[in-house]
Amino acid sequence: MDLSFNAEERAFQDEVRGFIAKNLTEEMKRATALTPSVFSDPDIGMAWQRTLHSRGWGAPGWPIEHGGPDWTPAQRWIFETESARAGVPNVNVMGVKMVGPVIIGFGSAEQKNFYLPRILSGEDYWCQGYSEPGSGSDLSSLKTRAVRDGDDYIINGTKIWTTHAHHANRMFALVRTSDGPRQQDGISFILIDMKTPGITTRPILTIGGDHEVNQVFFDDVRVPVANRVGEEGKGWTYGKYLLEFERGSGIASAKLREGLKAIAELAESDLTGRAIDSPDIATRISEVEVDIDALEMTELRVLSALQTGQNPGAVSSILKLRNSEIRQAVTRLGADVIGHDALAVEPMRPLYRLNHEPPMPEEMLTVVPEYLNGRAYTIFGGTSEIQRDIIAKMMLGI
Amino acid sequence: MDLNLTDEQRLLRESAERFVAESYDADHRRKMANDPLGFSPAMWTQFAELGWLALPIAEEFGGLGGGAVEIGILMDAFGRGLVSEPYIATVVLGAALIERCGSTAQKQAILPKIADGSLKLALAHSERAARFDLANVATTAHKTAQGWRLAGSKIAVLDGHAADEIIVSAHIHDHQGPSGRIGLFLVPATTPSLAISDYERLGGGRACNIELSDVQLPEDALLGNGHAALAAIEWAVDRAMAALGAEAVGIMQVLLDTTLEYTKIRKQFGRPLSANQVIRHRLADMAVQVDEARSMALRAALKVDSDPVERARAASGAKAKIGRSARFVGEQSIQLHGGMGVTEELEVGAYFKRLVAFDTLFGGSSHHYGRHARLGRTTVPA
Repeated sequence: MDLSFNAEERAFQDEVRGFIAKNLTEEMKRATALTPSVFSDPDIGMAWQRTLHSRGWGAPGWPIEHGGPDWTPAQRWIFETESARAGVPNVNVMGVKMVGPVIIGFGSAEQKNFYLPRILSGEDYWCQGYSEPGSGSDLSSLKTRAVRDGDDYIINGTKIWTTHAHHANRMFALVRTSDGPRQQDGISFILIDMKTPGITTRPILTIGGDHEVNQVFFDDVRVPVANRVGEEGKGWTYGKYLLEFERGSGIASAKLREGLKAIAELAESDLTGRAIDSPDIATRISEVEVDIDALEMTELRVLSALQTGQNPGAVSSILKLRNSEIRQAVTRLGADVIGHDALAVEPMRPLYRLNHEPPMPEEMLTVVPEYLNGRAYTIFGGTSEIQRDIIAKMMLGI
Repeated sequence: MDLNLTDEQRLLRESAERFVAESYDADHRRKMANDPLGFSPAMWTQFAELGWLALPIAEEFGGLGGGAVEIGILMDAFGRGLVSEPYIATVVLGAALIERCGSTAQKQAILPKIADGSLKLALAHSERAARFDLANVATTAHKTAQGWRLAGSKIAVLDGHAADEIIVSAHIHDHQGPSGRIGLFLVPATTPSLAISDYERLGGGRACNIELSDVQLPEDALLGNGHAALAAIEWAVDRAMAALGAEAVGIMQVLLDTTLEYTKIRKQFGRPLSANQVIRHRLADMAVQVDEARSMALRAALKVDSDPVERARAASGAKAKIGRSARFVGEQSIQLHGGMGVTEELEVGAYFKRLVAFDTLFGGSSHHYGRHARLGRTTVPA
């Protein structure tokens, strides 16, 4: 057993560091640091996607024949870790990490040829149509319906919590094409052009003051049957496959560590009157750091298992659960560390393009919005309660 | 980067788990709890035959040159059977300190005997007033014409009653007065004016308090040249905490498995306990914490040879986090067993008590989060 990387991996680490140092602009870095929502705005995120794509690193998890870099799990770990350390923007996760793997796994040759290059290049920006107002945790009760009409489906219904629907030109959605004996039956996985007539998008502001999510309405939206991925009625299987990717991409600790580092730096700064000199704050920083250490170690254990072709199983639910809980602990700590400045609200967005003096030092601008928006971490991608159900069922067999 | 077990490590795990499963059960544990020695010398002999006592000792001194990961594998298995043999005292703490601080002659005299099972050690370091501060030692060692004169009181000496030699820490006073240095002294258990009062330890095994009233020792009782003993003690205790963390993981796994089985069988309101979501989620939380504890124990083991700050933070982080998980898993195991959980009839209580002892040994979670925080400060307060 060995925690250190071998010479080849260290050389790769240098290569990644060098690439990021050379290509990550100050503007991208500042914009990322001053984004209090989960995702970077597309002007920032897609610029980085194009940069990565130019190097052949546009889709780290994809197989080589579809433009992936053919990295080992350790290389992916190094890439994600170095990216987090450097503070690179979030790229379009819904494209690269969610719909991409589904198209690769279940899409037709035409779909692969058309969509995958556009995800890699950043030409397409994807959003995810899963939740509905009446279908949250009980996702498979979804009611948005696609009725066959010749070579088209006609879609009616609504999707909610749709991240960046207002930016996206494409959506992948779970829709009901029939009613089976189980509610999971009769769901299909459809790719939708957001410019299709009949689609309207309503913004939803989150409690941190950000416009990140939306409700999307479908009124007689005509989508070609050719846009269905895989078999009709088998969408639930594909959708669950995607959720496993969403939860188990499995490299979250480096980002958490950077988040904690920013808070610890504030705590050691005169801006907070050296909050760290309070033993309570110092101990809480350690508690969170140790939690991150444990998560990182679990990620590395999973990575080691993957390297030898083992299946990590339900551990992706443990990773999702702990990542979201620790993320919230980091942001809660941040809100406590900045003291009186936690009372001030800066309502303008984006925070990296303010045209006035904000009511607090720039380093603190995202702290409270991140805490508030961060309550969503234990809700999206399957709530913590759903993760515990999965752990009980898959790991404990009850 | 590879955290998969090697073939050798897998074999070690299999043989240790098999041995523990076959040799340790509730009857054995109850017998040992009422035994004045608190463990079985016959088992100790078998440990020696299996090579476990030689495991971490360097090959030149009759050992196998194993590392902290191998020790962790063994300790995890020991936890599953609540093994009460003095492995931490003799092998993890004792042999490590001899190897790190002893002169060549001392190593040659002692280490092969540990490896073959003919000699047991204990570390007498903790004192009542010091609480968990390893640097706080009031026991003194005065240089005399013949050697050394030790005086002081030690508490919570693990397995001191069974040791052939006790390693005692003391502040060195030479002919010029206090030297400011802590030294480690080898004190044979048979030394006159050494008063050992032993007691049953919470969760199995025994410990003792030791009074040293003007204990006379020869010159060569001092381990090595008497330098850097405090750093060595911190190093050895960090290693012991990593090993104990692995033992706690084994204990927690048994509690999780046992509790899980019970909730499937026990019926109330016409259905198994495990059909209730509140119970399922509690068990899921226990499973998550066992898994996190496993990660932390392994992490501490892999960092025992890192630089002192990184090593100490990994050890304290593991001790603190596993301590908390241990309390949670232990307390919830009792809760989910209902009234039976608080009886001596079930083994759940015995496993829980060993976890409580684990959390207390070398300092609890608050102490170690505090140590982790102090060592992590990048700037010193003005």
